[in-house]
Amino acid sequence: MSTRIDTRLADLRKQGRAAFVTFLMAGDPDPATSLAIIKALPQAGAEIIEIGMPFTDPMADGPAIQAAGLRALKGGMTLHKTLDLVRGFRKDDDATPIVLMGYYNPIYIYGVEAFLADAKTAGVDGLIIVDLPPEEDDELCLPAMKAGLNFIRLATPTTDDKRLPAVLANTSGFVYYVSITGITGAAAANATQVGDAVARIKRHTKLPVCVGFGIRTPDAARDIARAADGAVVGTALVEALAKSLDAEGRATAATVKAVADLTASLAQGVRGAAQAAE
Amino acid sequence: MNSRPNSFRSGPDERGHFGMFGGRFVAETLMPLILDLEKAYAEAKADPAFQREMNGYLKDYIGRPSPLYFAQRLTEHLGGAKIYLKREELNHTGSHKVNNVLGQIMVARRMGKKRIIAETGAGQHGVATATLCARFGLDCVVYMGAVDVARQEPNVIRMEMLGAKVVPVQSGTRTLKDAMNEALRDWVTNVHDTFYCIGTVAGPHPYPMMVRDFQSIIGHETRAQMQEAEGRLPDSLIACIGGGSNAMGLFHPFLDDPSVEIFGVEAAGHGLDKLHAASLTGGKPGVLHGNRTYLLMDADGQIQDAHSISAGLDYPGIGPEHSWLHESGRVKYISATDEEALAAFQLLSRLEGIIPALESAHAIARVIDLAPKRSKDHLMVVNLSGRGDKDVPQVGDILKSRKAK
Ligand SMILES: Cc1ncc(COP(=O)(O)O)c(C=O)c1O
Repeated sequence: MSTRIDTRLADLRKQGRAAFVTFLMAGDPDPATSLAIIKALPQAGAEIIEIGMPFTDPMADGPAIQAAGLRALKGGMTLHKTLDLVRGFRKDDDATPIVLMGYYNPIYIYGVEAFLADAKTAGVDGLIIVDLPPEEDDELCLPAMKAGLNFIRLATPTTDDKRLPAVLANTSGFVYYVSITGITGAAAANATQVGDAVARIKRHTKLPVCVGFGIRTPDAARDIARAADGAVVGTALVEALAKSLDAEGRATAATVKAVADLTASLAQGVRGAAQAAE
Repeated sequence: MNSRPNSFRSGPDERGHFGMFGGRFVAETLMPLILDLEKAYAEAKADPAFQREMNGYLKDYIGRPSPLYFAQRLTEHLGGAKIYLKREELNHTGSHKVNNVLGQIMVARRMGKKRIIAETGAGQHGVATATLCARFGLDCVVYMGAVDVARQEPNVIRMEMLGAKVVPVQSGTRTLKDAMNEALRDWVTNVHDTFYCIGTVAGPHPYPMMVRDFQSIIGHETRAQMQEAEGRLPDSLIACIGGGSNAMGLFHPFLDDPSVEIFGVEAAGHGLDKLHAASLTGGKPGVLHGNRTYLLMDADGQIQDAHSISAGLDYPGIGPEHSWLHESGRVKYISATDEEALAAFQLLSRLEGIIPALESAHAIARVIDLAPKRSKDHLMVVNLSGRGDKDVPQVGDILKSRKAK
């Protein structure tokens, strides 16, 4: 069973370039603006779209993404509405892969089987769930694979060679390498270390490896894209969105454009990696 | 859960599950460390030298055993069960929290960790952690919700005097839950040199088990002391519940004695139909802070704000073993409101000359209506988990403002 993620990453690999992956929070700052932003991403150069599922207690996220989640929740976002967002996006785009990223509790409360069925029909391709390590695979990972969704696992600098096989065992779509020990938006990734880590992971798997946490600029995106199969940018986009809001945290006429513009320049950075490599 | 297990004391299984509760729901960055901790703790537990060293500190530094005290005037006042107080408030630092901190700090030392982080609500766990870090020369950072920093100021000052850094947490509801989030964020960032000293029987496996083991000294002593005083087992046990560590410490050694009735008292805040912190009574199973347990949340799985007058009980979750004991019916979970705790706080102060922590006052509040319904030969043990010095300014302000009205 291959998903849009498998297809997209295989295509890019043939073209000899890395994927540009964006992260934004569903419903930030309101459902309508969020849909408009996500619809604008592919044209601006996003090749895989990660959408955060807002949660009150995002234990692995820094202040920017915490605030994004709270804005979304305040705007009435729920997991059901996040799936609506995906359905809205899929009306015009059946090719760009969508990955939902977040924490387990809202899915557990939605009901695992119901959620997987609804997510699949809404057009979701993969899931990244921060607080479900391989030790808890029975919860969601194995059912998700059965439902035809990729379960994308995080590997981190603390995932040593001994542990990697366990982390990779039920991973599909791609491996998400977290380039720092820390929360989102904290330290900057070091491209050389990332290169070594990606090489280490690739000794254990044929899956593509995308890298995220700590990539903020087109230059950094280019450096990471040279070392990996994809570069993920989240906090920088969320901050650009936040900066465009009015004093009450509401969207302005500049909001969609602010995110699309930064997406475009980051995408250029990622493309620059392929040209530089030629 | 309908079938009664052979023993209520055999959990958790090797994956950290108490029935369906518990587990290890943490970010991958932390997973290797949690596995290391599990191994280090198992080795320490099997090492007689570790036990010997710990016993030395328990006796001479903490001042154990804590007395089991017959509360004669409270007993006479209520006119029913014979009430004994387990005097955890007499421990060094003023609460049961130190029992667990000593154990964890000794494990941290075995693991070669030099930096200790902790979350705290009432500040009692923070003070205990700051104290043992001072004693062993370790760096200490305590996360505390900004709301709690304000209402438990005496403990903030103590922690700082002891050389700890107190970080007021401004995110979310700015109470214990957010302090725990922030501690977890610190831990993810500083995994290589940092040990997270969790203050209650919650978090990912092995914490709920390890903290319970360190706190079980409360129940073991109670058993021996009651034997000595009355020549038999107590008939009932009662303790307040934030995350549930003082309660689990008292209860665990008695779980397989069916004649012993056991009550956990959650914080009912303004009332169970209003804002409260009673996760078993008012919540449902979910996943937060590394474990599956009963949580206060909305229909979308978003965690709800808890409320309690007492900072140490103001948490929307509870340790996973309590969730299991609740579903299996072995322990009865009841609750007490802010007002009831406040009244109990004053009653115990006046009748026994013991100012209890507001947390412990929740347990006393239920003793006030349980004891009169029991016969005079019924032996009731209340865990007096902490002393109320830290609450004196807060309660003083409340009483003063009422007098003014
Ligand atoms: C004196 C006292 N009792 C009880 C508690 C609640 O914690 P637990 O339920 O883990 O015993 C606290 C927490 O701060 C406390 O300080």
